[in-house]
Amino acid sequence: MAEWPILSIITFLPLLGAALILVLARGPAEVVARNARWTALWTTLFTFLISLYLWFGFDRTTAEFQFVERVDWFPAFNIAYHMGVDGISMMFVLLSTLLTLICVLASWDSVKVRVKEYMVAFLVLETMMVGMFCALDYVLFYVFFEGVLIPMFIIIGIWGSGDRRIYAAFKLFLYTLAGSLLMLVALLAMYIQAGTTDIPTLLATEFSYDMQFWLWLALFASFAVKIPMWPVHTWLPDAHVEAPTAGSVILAGVLLKMGGYGFLRFSIPMLPEATEYFTPLIYVLSIVAIIYTSLVALAQEDMKKLIAYSSIAHMGFVTIGMFTITTQGLQGSIFQMLSHGIVSGALFLCVGVVYDRLHTREIARYGGLVNNMPKYALVFMLFTLASVGLPGTSGFVGEFLSLVGAFRANTWVGTLAATGLILGATYMLYLYRRVIFGKLVKEDLKALRDLSPREVLVFAPLIAIVFWMGIYPSSFIDVMEVSVENLIQNYEIALDRGAVDVDVVDAAATVDQAAR
Amino acid sequence: MLAFPDLMPALPEIFLALSGMALLIFGVFRGEGATRLVSYLAVLSLVVAGFLVLRVVPAQAVTFSGLFVVDGFAAFMKLLVLLSTALAVIMSLGFIEREQMARFEYPVLFLFATVGMLMMISANDLMSLYVGLELQSLSLYVVAAFRRDTVRSSEAGLKYFVLGALSSGMLLYGASLVYGFAGTTSFEHLAELFAGGQEPSIGVIIGIVFVSAGIAFKISAVPFHMWTPDVYEGAPTPVTAFFAVAPKIAAIAMFIRVLVGPFGDLVAQWQQIVVVMAVLSMALGSFAAINQSNIKRLMAYSSIGHIGYALVGLAAGSQEGVAGIMIYMAIYIAMNVGTFAIILCMRVNGRMVEGIQDLAGLSKTHPMMALALVIFMFSMAGIPPLAGFWGKFYVFMAAVNAELYTLAVIGVLTSAVAAYYYLRIIKIMYFDEPAEVLDRPIDRDMGMVLTATGLFTLLFIFYPAPVVDAASRAAATLFAG
Repeated sequence: MAEWPILSIITFLPLLGAALILVLARGPAEVVARNARWTALWTTLFTFLISLYLWFGFDRTTAEFQFVERVDWFPAFNIAYHMGVDGISMMFVLLSTLLTLICVLASWDSVKVRVKEYMVAFLVLETMMVGMFCALDYVLFYVFFEGVLIPMFIIIGIWGSGDRRIYAAFKLFLYTLAGSLLMLVALLAMYIQAGTTDIPTLLATEFSYDMQFWLWLALFASFAVKIPMWPVHTWLPDAHVEAPTAGSVILAGVLLKMGGYGFLRFSIPMLPEATEYFTPLIYVLSIVAIIYTSLVALAQEDMKKLIAYSSIAHMGFVTIGMFTITTQGLQGSIFQMLSHGIVSGALFLCVGVVYDRLHTREIARYGGLVNNMPKYALVFMLFTLASVGLPGTSGFVGEFLSLVGAFRANTWVGTLAATGLILGATYMLYLYRRVIFGKLVKEDLKALRDLSPREVLVFAPLIAIVFWMGIYPSSFIDVMEVSVENLIQNYEIALDRGAVDVDVVDAAATVDQAAR
Repeated sequence: MLAFPDLMPALPEIFLALSGMALLIFGVFRGEGATRLVSYLAVLSLVVAGFLVLRVVPAQAVTFSGLFVVDGFAAFMKLLVLLSTALAVIMSLGFIEREQMARFEYPVLFLFATVGMLMMISANDLMSLYVGLELQSLSLYVVAAFRRDTVRSSEAGLKYFVLGALSSGMLLYGASLVYGFAGTTSFEHLAELFAGGQEPSIGVIIGIVFVSAGIAFKISAVPFHMWTPDVYEGAPTPVTAFFAVAPKIAAIAMFIRVLVGPFGDLVAQWQQIVVVMAVLSMALGSFAAINQSNIKRLMAYSSIGHIGYALVGLAAGSQEGVAGIMIYMAIYIAMNVGTFAIILCMRVNGRMVEGIQDLAGLSKTHPMMALALVIFMFSMAGIPPLAGFWGKFYVFMAAVNAELYTLAVIGVLTSAVAAYYYLRIIKIMYFDEPAEVLDRPIDRDMGMVLTATGLFTLLFIFYPAPVVDAASRAAATLFAG
């Protein structure tokens, strides 16, 4: 089993499923739709089950890359097809495979037109996402990183629900593309300096301080748009509102994490001195993001837009925790990314439940749903509290650790970020109250049915994971612990090296002075 | 007493010229209905010429008293030209029959143009360069106006002719300046003259500028691009498809050889010119196409943009840059031929349509064709994993390697802008409701061309080595010696 290229299998099995659907699904529309759905379901289920092997087969005692595969791709240029996971990326692979499976289930009834293309788009998207997290070659990473834009553009544009969906799709694509193209230039510069695009080799390469400055900014352009950080966040609310439910789930669940992963894999370890220099910038932007977007969320009338802004706020915690470069901060930020993936995805699914029934996301149209949809109210409450960060849920662990890291780094940063917790509770509970509590007066609401068995099946694993992560987080922390320590150690060594150089220069200058 | 020149290196050109003339005579005597047969024979002779380039011609030779050179670079570019001409002829068959312009001179003119192009690529002297250039240009002026009964086509041909003659004149003037101030037109002698860092006289530099201006017209680089949108729109569509690929490859190969060969040591003098042309072409190519509603005009601006990216590789002035251009052009052929194949299928009730809006809802009415066009559009925008990304990757890598960082950044930013109009076409196909359904069925030849180019663009990422390695080796031959 160790000889099998398991990462390649997990990456390309969805693509195979997509090819099967494209080629084999023929006949009347009903048959095609049914075949497409079931093929997609089986494919994503198998991919998820195979990816579970990563969890059980992962060696938690080492920071080395595991399940490594390497095949020459452009041998003349030293670019290889190199795949592998470490403690940081392994859980994101599982998040991707799980969420895609959930999305296929969630779209079962709600997507009725062009089901075949829809499933193909999602499977291609899964390939790109998983490939990105597994890639150990910068060019391979870039190909997958950009590649997600193609299916996402199509999904929002065709199956999106609003009339601004085309605007939203274009904005998502062009905004992200512009940032990523700047990253391409940085990639080329790093490649020419190091002679290879192999990530493990690049991690060990030293770049001059001046070069790091520009490289960091170019990478920042790309990752900041993806996360998204304030002020380049404006594409996200539009994209989330206009996307179909499953599109929002995967966008919030996985695509946003790609930016965070990029910082973790590239900016921090490869460009340590520039990271140190720009950390205050990250703190400022993150704090503004947390406080500003939380306040904006408070004023929203569209459910999805509210949750979209809450996503930006949560990712603010992630970036703060990440750039403290402390054990708690980094572990908190990775944990928060995983938790947010599940919780945010689930919240969008909750919105999707009522949207499928009433075809509106306007909060004012709802109210008193606890009366005729008690199961739904319970599920919604669970995820609301997880989003707020109630102890016992995954949200608490992530936010707590990130804040500990933030306090260690800078008390002001920690304090201001903590205010985001209060604001987060405010808008989420306000939303919950307006939708769920109160008297059930509207006629069209009285006719709404509670969760169907399929919808329960969609939520059940997410609820289980939220509680697992909240009550027994060490099973997740253990996976990332050694890799995070390794990251911090290398970062400190690299900074010390830079400091030592400065000391040597100073000492030499002093000796020179004395000699004169 | 001059020795009889060695004909082996020029065998493909001689063969093509003879077959062109033979087909001309054959067509005259065959009379009506000769066009299809002549076209097939023309494609056959192109294939044979390709075989000659690949196998029969020696790897490195100079002949005709130093006027004609063959090396790996020439072989690679000639194969690209022959391939694109063959594809263009195949694509033209259905069109010219349907539009009642099926005269046998059509494929024959393509053959003569190809001879000119091959001559341009193998030119080792400013004079032989001019001869090849004129042979190509004159043939192309005529095919541009081939649909002589329409105003648009005649206008296109006339515009092309007038502006082309002007630019050829400028090129000749530049050549004469170089001759006057350097004493020779031979590339080898010029290279020897400037080797060792000798300062060129101002006359030579002005000569280089004029030569570059003339060649820039042929590759439709800004600011000599004005003819491109009008001629592309007015000419018959398969002719436009031909214009977009083969002459550009030949002209850029010529440009590379001229700048890297005789003026290779004067990089500091001409690098600025190429950088400016590249920046302006990329910028114009991305901004001007945004407002277009005619797909042929959009393709014209898109080709200007692509030439801008190719020139980025030339601006680097290095071997990697030239290899990058060659990879870029190879991928460019596939993307462009595929897109034009789809444009050639755009017929409503037997009448050709050229509006972008006519593609509305294509994903519902012609799903496979829409899928192919999606692949080509994303590839042209440079989105991985499609082939177009790799072309840009190599040229930008060469630019960064040569420390032209600003150029690379401008390049990527214009890429993002250009992505908009490629996406707009995808949006119209997939997100809009269908208006008028395009005719079916598609010609079988067109379907084959589409499938081949689509698969190449899609699958290039999995096995790029043949093209990449061939280009690297070919570029090395240009810089050797």
